[in-house]
Amino acid sequence: MKSQEQDAPRVAWVNPVNADHENIFVAISQFLNKTLVITELEIRKLRHEPTDLFTRAIQPVLWLLIFGQVLSRIRAIPTGNVSYLDFMSPGILAQSVLFISIFYGIAVIWERDLGIVHKFLASPTPRGALVLGKSISAGIRALSQAVIIYILALILGVKVDWNPLSLIGVLIAVMLGAALFSTFSLIIACIVKTRERFMGIGQVMTMPLFFASNAIYPIAIMPAWLQVISRINPLTYEVDALRALMLANGSSVYGVGLDFLVLILVTTALIYIASRAYPNLVV
Amino acid sequence: MNILETKQLTRVFGTLTAVDDLSISVQDGEIFGLLGPNGAGKTTTLKMLTTLLPPTSGTAIVAGFDIVHQARSVRRRIGYVPQLLSADGALTGYENLLMFAKLYDINGIEREQRIGQSLKLMQLEDASRKLVNTYSGGMIRRLEIAQSMLHRPPILFLDEPTIGLDPLARSSVWEHIRQLKSNFGTTIILTTHYMEEADTLCGRVAIMHEGRIAAIGTPSELKASLGRDEVTLDEVFAHYAGAELEVGGSFREISRTRRTARRLG
Repeated sequence: MKSQEQDAPRVAWVNPVNADHENIFVAISQFLNKTLVITELEIRKLRHEPTDLFTRAIQPVLWLLIFGQVLSRIRAIPTGNVSYLDFMSPGILAQSVLFISIFYGIAVIWERDLGIVHKFLASPTPRGALVLGKSISAGIRALSQAVIIYILALILGVKVDWNPLSLIGVLIAVMLGAALFSTFSLIIACIVKTRERFMGIGQVMTMPLFFASNAIYPIAIMPAWLQVISRINPLTYEVDALRALMLANGSSVYGVGLDFLVLILVTTALIYIASRAYPNLVV
Repeated sequence: MNILETKQLTRVFGTLTAVDDLSISVQDGEIFGLLGPNGAGKTTTLKMLTTLLPPTSGTAIVAGFDIVHQARSVRRRIGYVPQLLSADGALTGYENLLMFAKLYDINGIEREQRIGQSLKLMQLEDASRKLVNTYSGGMIRRLEIAQSMLHRPPILFLDEPTIGLDPLARSSVWEHIRQLKSNFGTTIILTTHYMEEADTLCGRVAIMHEGRIAAIGTPSELKASLGRDEVTLDEVFAHYAGAELEVGGSFREISRTRRTARRLG
């Protein structure tokens, strides 16, 4: 008898119109809908404060203008049938996407320090939608970098492939790369939870990810141990795809299909891990 | 009817039992206050009741659903205003409400109606198109409360709703909390440090000490329980929670609270 009494309010509270057990299609459309709401929220924030995007572009601009120009003269790095500046441009695009994404976690730690994360986690929004929404917005942020690099490439005379399909390919590769590294960054944020530790780890990660890749020199000229690291670095596959898609005479080492497959698989796995780790932020 | 019932709710962090075998029930329509010094387990209790933190053992039924096994159903039916600043300063007041309305599936004409209503109720209409980082502390709190009420939850959790506010803003927040109760019949669970807040706002209060309930009842019952005349709630608090130096509150916590207070002020 007693247990029945305790259960009574449960039954009374279940509202048949707003049933909590939804079928799989409703669940998926809910998930996508909520993902887009989170993306919209992030984009609205960006619209109020867009200056960040341009200050972020300074670093890649310097790389292309100074490092690129100088190394082009030395002709020390074998780059096949493209000039060194051409070879390097997709690498710098990938780099700027990496740099703008890898510190994404800082924003999440800031939101946690305030209490914004708490509020979202206490809402019925699926955790995966919170994470995916943020990674899509990171992708959109990163497109600004692509625009800046393209303008610069035009000025410097890089032979760019203007075929619309190639441009769409670049767009997808940039967004995937940004989603991948921003989600990676989010996972780190969920683990370290404080800004100080995050900054330390962020600095330590960025340089190896960049230098142990094919961004500014071909993997073939690296020592064997570094080649192994570069082959498992997702940035290498992003650069490889960008090099084939962005340049008029560009070619891929691994095949654009494999590049995209690696990027998609790694991003999916990271988003899954991040949605499991996200509630950990407020514990 | 009980809208909230905890059953031996317990949370252990390492060797510290933050919440120890807590069993309380709150009736539909109450304003219920959780009082206690820093580290008494108030925020931990609230985090468990809002499904942010899984209990180590025990459970609770909130708005008819189990916080452990039916967390999403609970989340649909609660509103929550964290202690720290939770409105987004990089968005306008209107956008803060709009985004949460979308997250809670409030669509079509109803969405604009509710947002308009909330802004009016919380007296934020004039500021609705301004960025929240230009708001005063009291305005931010009122916006956060409006945000948490958009989906008309039957139960609302407020963690230190007036911390860091000046007396004027504080009484305005109290007034708005009372209004929610009378307009929507919302049950309100709040934690507080301020005895005055508990005394004027809460129908019933529980004094927590080291993770346990030291005393529970209406403010006048608690005052009477000391068996002396002219007792203030402060004295009741000192009697049950001990007058010892505060135990909790790490450096980081304090710095966070201060920073929030500064931003709110």
